[in-house]
Amino acid sequence: MAAILEVKNLVKKYGENTAVNGISFTITEGEIFSLLGPNGAGKTTTISVLSTLLPPTSGEAMICGYSVTKNAMDVRKSIGVVPQDLALYDELSAWENLSFWGQMYGLGGKALSSRINEVLELIGLKDKAKAHVRTFSGGMKRRVNIGVGLLHKPRLLFMDEPTVGIDPQSRRAILDSVKDLNKEGMTILYTTHYMEEAQELSDRVGIIDHGELIALGTQAELTRQVGKTDTLILHISENDDPEALAKTLRPIKGVTRVDVIDHTLSLIVPEVEKVLAPVVSKATETGMRIASMEIHEPNLEAVFLHLTGRALRD
Amino acid sequence: MKKIFLIGWKDVKLVFRDKAGLVFMLVAPFALTLGMGLITGNLGSSNNSVISDIPVVIVNQDQAQIGDTLVAVFQSDDLEELVDVELSDDPAYARTLVNDNEAAAAVIIPDGFTESILAQEGASQPGGPVKLEVYSNPTRPTSSGFIQTVVAAFINQVEVGRIGAEVIITQLLENGYIQPQDVPVYAEKIGAEQAILAGNQNVILVVGITPTGEVVEFNPLAYMAPGYALLFLMYTATNAGRMILVEKREGTLPRLLVSPTTATQVLSGKMVGSYMTGALQMLILIAASTILFQLIWGDPLAVLILILASVFGAVGWGMLISALIKTPGQAASVGSAMMLTFGILGGSFFDLGALPDWVETIAKITPNYWGQVGFYTLALGGGLAQIVEPLLALTIMGLVLFIISSRLFKQRGLIEAK
Repeated sequence: MAAILEVKNLVKKYGENTAVNGISFTITEGEIFSLLGPNGAGKTTTISVLSTLLPPTSGEAMICGYSVTKNAMDVRKSIGVVPQDLALYDELSAWENLSFWGQMYGLGGKALSSRINEVLELIGLKDKAKAHVRTFSGGMKRRVNIGVGLLHKPRLLFMDEPTVGIDPQSRRAILDSVKDLNKEGMTILYTTHYMEEAQELSDRVGIIDHGELIALGTQAELTRQVGKTDTLILHISENDDPEALAKTLRPIKGVTRVDVIDHTLSLIVPEVEKVLAPVVSKATETGMRIASMEIHEPNLEAVFLHLTGRALRD
Repeated sequence: MKKIFLIGWKDVKLVFRDKAGLVFMLVAPFALTLGMGLITGNLGSSNNSVISDIPVVIVNQDQAQIGDTLVAVFQSDDLEELVDVELSDDPAYARTLVNDNEAAAAVIIPDGFTESILAQEGASQPGGPVKLEVYSNPTRPTSSGFIQTVVAAFINQVEVGRIGAEVIITQLLENGYIQPQDVPVYAEKIGAEQAILAGNQNVILVVGITPTGEVVEFNPLAYMAPGYALLFLMYTATNAGRMILVEKREGTLPRLLVSPTTATQVLSGKMVGSYMTGALQMLILIAASTILFQLIWGDPLAVLILILASVFGAVGWGMLISALIKTPGQAASVGSAMMLTFGILGGSFFDLGALPDWVETIAKITPNYWGQVGFYTLALGGGLAQIVEPLLALTIMGLVLFIISSRLFKQRGLIEAK
């Protein structure tokens, strides 16, 4: 697949403060690429530079073969942007908002009306088309905000933390629509500080912190950096003694650590499949009842922790 | 061009859907005019005036029936509270009083004025035209305009009488009731009666004469209504400037700037939106006051052109605010202060003639001043030719402010995405 976005040594400084510090990455056509990092990591600044809103201090980025510094108009025609903060006119209806923004992208006439209907269908607000945006819930506004970015069918869509501050149901709808758009062939650059979203959506992930891209790759490639360590979580009955069970389980070969929190035991194990049978057996021998069990494989949270020494939401 | 209009039209829709904004834009100026109309008793009538004790110097070199009658009109009980008459024999002295701002106007009735209107002995037709001079004080446009109107009303009455007399005498001659040698005697007699009749007209029902000769009444509300309309036009203009900062804060401005729309198109669209909003506001206020207060604003075309020029000047100031100020809150504060200051300076609250000269000089930077001068001139019967100066001043004001604002926007990167 051809690269639709190429970023080379991109730097953005505000006076003495360096918001983006020499990041480089590429996105190939048809993939979902997530920039994962905590608040203030430089995600929004990166999007702002790539969408031609801010000039880079140095470095270069090419989108669909156009330079963001030299061919801004061509870049803007190729991209769609869903900003982190809602950027809509509250006193206009959903239809009027979409119509206005569609015309800003050169759409008009029947093609515009038809496309607005498609987008309203996609974001699930067809029955609210004529209602003023100010009457919408936060989640509905978010969906209109996304709809505006999709109107002109951009080749590359920038989505900057599109699920911040909304209810789980709306978040679910947005994540599903991102997947649907990608299935239709749209390339997506998605920024988030929610590890779960990056894990669910992304073909590849770039982890950004303090303006630097500290890791880049598929989820498998990234978790391999942490090493193969699974976590086995055991929930036991409230009548049983967790400390006694922990004492029994620690000697098992392959268990490297056991932590107890209330009636939950957390076992760190290199290969969960090799310790599962002895753990259940020991519990049964000691007369303890395992109420439920969870197996956690290494995730992006662990990768971030491994690389920075901090949790993602710090 | 289409995008510029779309951005502008979107702004117009947003403003007219903002109920609080509409109160300021339309309800407040209308309520103020209504209130002032009730207080001064001028609502729907024209029998009173808020203007009083206008100093006027009259030089009567005519010393004949019509000149004397005009002097008598100014000294009549009807005008007693309105004008403060000083009589003089010296035109130069009268002009000096005006130049020194001690008089709002000098009315110089030339020698032979009556003769120019009435046929004299030995002539069957009136004498040639003689110029009656109303030397106006430009720093007191309202007061001097009033004096001009009184004179114009008197002359109009005399002219009507003269034409009537000519018709009567011609018919008497044709029917053989009088002989040609009797014409001067009859003309003088009829003319004197007409002059007295003209003097007896209620001149306080001030009338202006339009260039087409159409007679219009002047209602003092026609001074207040444009004053308040211009005052709240400044609100609209400064608020529209603030809207650029609001759009920046709300994220819609950055969103516009990442669409295939140039920064120049965005800025032009915002200006067009402000302009259309201001023009609509003025048109609505003028239409409503015409219908409800029976105000006569004057020549419709000239009024329309003056509206467009006034809005242009006002929007220029709004743009300058948004180019200089960083936050919508600051812009609102500065805008309110500017609206009130310009309203006071520009004569929205009282006649500028009551203020010192230096204040009026400063007032010329305001669109309120020029708009007020223009609307007043039109209400008194003037046409496009009489408001060239205000139109030019407002247009130049708007242009200069737009150029300065555009440069500031560019320098500060407020609107430039890259």
